[in-house]
Amino acid sequence: MLTANRLIDGTVLYWRGGGWVETLGEADVFAEPQTADAALAAAKDFVTRNVVVNPYLFEVKDGRPVAEREIIRAAGPSVRRDLGKQADV
Amino acid sequence: MYRYDEFDARFVAERTEQFRFQVERRLKGELSEDQFKPFRLMNGLYLQLHAYMLRIAVPYGTLSAPQLRMLAHIARKYDRGYGHFTTRQNLQFNWPKLKDVPDILAELATVEMHAIQTSGNCVRNVTSDHFAGADAEEVEDPRPVAELIRQWSSLHPEFSFLGRKFKIAVTASGHDRTALRYHDAGVEIVKNSDGRVGYRIYVGGGMGRTPYLSYVVAEFIEKPDLLAYLEAILRVFNESGRRDNIYKARIKILAHTLGVTAMRDRIEREFAEIKAAGTLEVPEKECARIEAYFAPPAFADLPETALPTGGALGDWVTSNTHPHRVRGYTIVTISLKPIGGVPGDASHEQLDGLAALLDDFSLGELRVSHEQNLVLPHVRIKDLPALHERLTALGLATPNAGLITDLICCPGLDYCDLANARSITIAQEISKRFADGARQHEIGDLKIKISGCVNACGHHHAGHIGILGVDKKGVEYYQLLIGGSAAEDASIGEILGPGFGEHEIADAVERVVDAYLKLRQPGERFLETSRRLGLEPFRTAAYGEQRDGAD
Ligand code: HEM
Ligand code: SF4
Repeated sequence: MLTANRLIDGTVLYWRGGGWVETLGEADVFAEPQTADAALAAAKDFVTRNVVVNPYLFEVKDGRPVAEREIIRAAGPSVRRDLGKQADV
Repeated sequence: MYRYDEFDARFVAERTEQFRFQVERRLKGELSEDQFKPFRLMNGLYLQLHAYMLRIAVPYGTLSAPQLRMLAHIARKYDRGYGHFTTRQNLQFNWPKLKDVPDILAELATVEMHAIQTSGNCVRNVTSDHFAGADAEEVEDPRPVAELIRQWSSLHPEFSFLGRKFKIAVTASGHDRTALRYHDAGVEIVKNSDGRVGYRIYVGGGMGRTPYLSYVVAEFIEKPDLLAYLEAILRVFNESGRRDNIYKARIKILAHTLGVTAMRDRIEREFAEIKAAGTLEVPEKECARIEAYFAPPAFADLPETALPTGGALGDWVTSNTHPHRVRGYTIVTISLKPIGGVPGDASHEQLDGLAALLDDFSLGELRVSHEQNLVLPHVRIKDLPALHERLTALGLATPNAGLITDLICCPGLDYCDLANARSITIAQEISKRFADGARQHEIGDLKIKISGCVNACGHHHAGHIGILGVDKKGVEYYQLLIGGSAAEDASIGEILGPGFGEHEIADAVERVVDAYLKLRQPGERFLETSRRLGLEPFRTAAYGEQRDGAD
């Protein structure tokens, strides 16, 4: 999957169909490295246009991030369940 | 107490306006992230996992009631209702929006606060003893010296773009509470055999991936020569520090490559040159002016008063007070380590509540300690029961200062972009394990320090027991270190062996502590027992029941 932070407030964003959404569950999962790389290239355009910063790809398995870091980014601090994206659901 | 003068006020106002302009340009797209980042970092603004993070300096860890109220206000209005006190006498907000940061800085400036020197390759905010001006043992208040260094360094054109950041600490007590020997440079205020006050200077300490303790480069520097000597150190650093490799750029690497003799010679040469030019001599008048800022508050003439004993109050008094230099007063540590809580976090209600306490109980002053606690430096002993009651109502009366649940812990993977593993969850688990007060007192002085990666913001090298989070293929593992200290008996902890899993590390800590209780001699602290016996008994204890960790 592809992620970045929104410039204006730092919010974690995910790539879906050529744009950005705020929840991991709604975002595109790339089965092929080629489509992932193409999305990353397209995302760079949003960097140039100063919408997002620091886009990068990360690995998921069964729709869930492999790395703890991405699980926490997608949810919010694990020590404050009342904050971050997990608090909005 | 610390006051900014008109000069500072103008400087901060200018910096705030400059930053507002840069943020506007960034949001309009006139600056790219690469162009903007240095400005952002110069103003203490980082991008973290979930949001931006703003780091605010608390010079010498001293805060007034209006400043606390402002921090509470910012937490409410621009953040998520809380702030995090760090080991560097800073406060971090975890959720500010970039577009709001210029307003936040402008609001902070109204109470003489800012985020300058909290990041970037400059001389960082100078830290000092959180008991300064109150401790019964100090030679003199270290804060005027820290302030002198701040004024000299914050605008020094040559030193705004150093090879790497440069951290200075100042202490004046035989009991070091500043982690002096883990700083790039340390200033210890001492008296020589003639009774004259001067400075012992240390160079070359640091944590991070290659920890070093500093060594003494000058036994006694006379008062007027302090800035000349520090400038000499920075010149040597600027000339010879490595700029090619970020991991080798700190002065600790230069200092330990050159060795003490060569380093001292180089500094002495520069020092002689600067002294000959005579431009950096500290005039007595200037010292007096700064000292006046830190003039002691109006202490009352109180009778000798016994500390209260018994019950919850007595427990709290035993662990959370420290002798004051003035009769009838005591120093109170407010623990920010509630059992199972997030070390260093304070809510806006607590910040406001503390502001309301300050005038009644501590002559208007609050301090921030490098152990992520707060300190009321000047409390009348007879007020302790009333103060305890008020702090209890705020959830701030945890009786554990200096005990095993008074852990130091960095934000780790719950917030930090650089983290390899969570650290707060581990701190919480250990805190719950040792929640029992009697058990904590039986264990005594034991400092656990936890970092979520090798940058060592949680001081793991300096923990009696240190814990370092590492990443193994996306899974969190934890290394145990034994035998570190950041105090006057400073040492660097040694890694015990292979790492432990997330659910194993608290057990391993508990086994190590139990081994200590069995092995200690009467009156021996954990640190002393571990120095006497070495790692082996603790290794056996830690790995006794399982050896399937990662390496
Ligand atoms: C969450 C955002 C943070 C980031 C991105 C960050 C980044 C870093 C980095 C990169 C270093 C290593 C510097 C070097 O070795 O040259 C470092 C060191 C350090 N940081 Fe942090 N830090 C953060 C939070 C904190 C917090 C919360 C504390 C206090 C609890 C802290 C206190 C320190 C200390 C004491 C050092 C060691 C200085 C030394 O190497 O001597 N930092 N930090
Ligand atoms: S030690 Fe590592 S994980 Fe912890 S705050 Fe520092 S950089 Fe982040």
